[in-house]
Amino acid sequence: MKSVYDMIITQLKDINEIYEMVKSYKKILIAGCDGCCQPPRSISEAKVLGQLLELKARTEGKELIWKAITVLRQCDDRIAATTVRPYIDDYEAIVSLACGLGVVMLNKVLPSKLTFPAQDSMFGGVQNSGENNFIEYCEECGDCIIGETGGLCPRAGCAKHLSNGPCGGMVDGMCEVGGYTLPCAWVRIWERLKEFNRLDLFKKYRPPRDFRTSTSPGYLVVNKEYTNEEEKKEVKT
Amino acid sequence: MAKRKAYSQLCKAIEAGHFVFTGELEPKKILDLSEIIHSAKEMKKTKRIVAANVTDGPQGDAYMASLVPSYKIQEEAGIEAVWQVTVRDRNRVALFGDVVAGAVLGLKNILTLTGDHTALGDHKKARAVYDIDSTQFCEMLSIMIDEGTDYEGNELKGGKIEMNFGCVANPNSNPREPEILKVGRKVDRGVDFIQTQTAFDIDDAKDFLKDLEQYNVPVLLGLFPLKSHGIAWYFDNYIPGVSVPKDLLKALKKAEKDNKGNKPGKYAAIDKINIDFFKPFIAEIKKTTKAAGIHCMAVEYERLFAPLLGEYPEYVKYSM
Repeated sequence: MKSVYDMIITQLKDINEIYEMVKSYKKILIAGCDGCCQPPRSISEAKVLGQLLELKARTEGKELIWKAITVLRQCDDRIAATTVRPYIDDYEAIVSLACGLGVVMLNKVLPSKLTFPAQDSMFGGVQNSGENNFIEYCEECGDCIIGETGGLCPRAGCAKHLSNGPCGGMVDGMCEVGGYTLPCAWVRIWERLKEFNRLDLFKKYRPPRDFRTSTSPGYLVVNKEYTNEEEKKEVKT
Repeated sequence: MAKRKAYSQLCKAIEAGHFVFTGELEPKKILDLSEIIHSAKEMKKTKRIVAANVTDGPQGDAYMASLVPSYKIQEEAGIEAVWQVTVRDRNRVALFGDVVAGAVLGLKNILTLTGDHTALGDHKKARAVYDIDSTQFCEMLSIMIDEGTDYEGNELKGGKIEMNFGCVANPNSNPREPEILKVGRKVDRGVDFIQTQTAFDIDDAKDFLKDLEQYNVPVLLGLFPLKSHGIAWYFDNYIPGVSVPKDLLKALKKAEKDNKGNKPGKYAAIDKINIDFFKPFIAEIKKTTKAAGIHCMAVEYERLFAPLLGEYPEYVKYSM
């Protein structure tokens, strides 16, 4: 068994909120995801959601027909399309139990039906080994600096995203946000760099971030060709 | 780093070797400046307080902005402002704009702060900005003052802004080393003075001041006279990292209990407790450390200034 998971951390929306989104439909398809979304939202979670929505509908005197399925990875366009397409003609709408990527992907590859999110996607994180909690370790900012912070990210780990911490809200090594229950990222960075006698990195000033690297929508063009002759060519022309 | 010219009365007084005092004013959720102006005038009357800090949404609460009260106390009370600016609510564009506006209004001191997180304040759902952090804000101010441009090097018409700026340091921080190293980063970005969070433990305060000596920047140690037991209790429980000595809490509680229904008696008893605690504290700091002065955060507690600071020389020369 894996002791630590890295994944998209999600939280199930309130059942009333999900019901509000789908209450105008009589037949819905509920799609779990076997991908990285944590805690797990697979076939059994999809089934429970169907039962809950059915009960909720009954309290309003309505009948709701549902089917629960699960998808290997909803964020993979081919897997998502081939798994879900055989069902969609029979159902009016889809409820996705994946992260936001899965919901967007189903809407994209199966545009004839609306797919609604059953979850709030929280962050990319890991589960503490053996504990029932998840921590954000990376906010995918597009400008990684953990090479100079002992492998710990102050952007994901600090409530104020400070590049030059700690701030005055640190008390006994803990953070003011969350009522001093979470460690101050900058104190942990200081501890780690001190351990390796690398306080030179701690003392270093980090200039303001370039937020163009994390401006929405994120878009990355991957080159199809590479050569070490490129520079020479440019000189010639 | 070459020492910057003293533009403000505060920095001029420090440069001239005075042991300086600064006060603190807190604009709240109120559509009126009369209380602030009144407090500022009382500070001016002491002839010992050279400048007054004007807070910027402390504890993350949505209060009146600090810019206008800072300007108004200079205009109407004749006391220089230490304009507190946090990076919590404004990105670098808005900070630049505000600083230029403050400079045009004649403000001479900025105190840079990170700012308590909005999660602590009265708008907990707000998006906290923190586009740049307070160290980066220090760099931005250095550029505006020393180069006369914005952060990206675009010219500011009219030239360099004439201001001094400071940063904060927390004598209560534990562990202390990262705090001291962080202050070092800010000193390298050109701060003119340091004001500290409030200290109650004299030995701790002295240690902390000793640690800051390496930076060769004037430090004003923060002290917070306790106007009532309620405020002391709040401070003890809700201000990050600050603990009020138990004896002081007990004495204040007793003073209030013993003088129930007797306002003048209660005030006299509370004032005596504060004077007995802080007067020797200040004298000791002045005598045994290299502190440049005291930042006396007696918010709405002006009556304490005369008995507390009366024996220190006046510095009329540095009034506005």
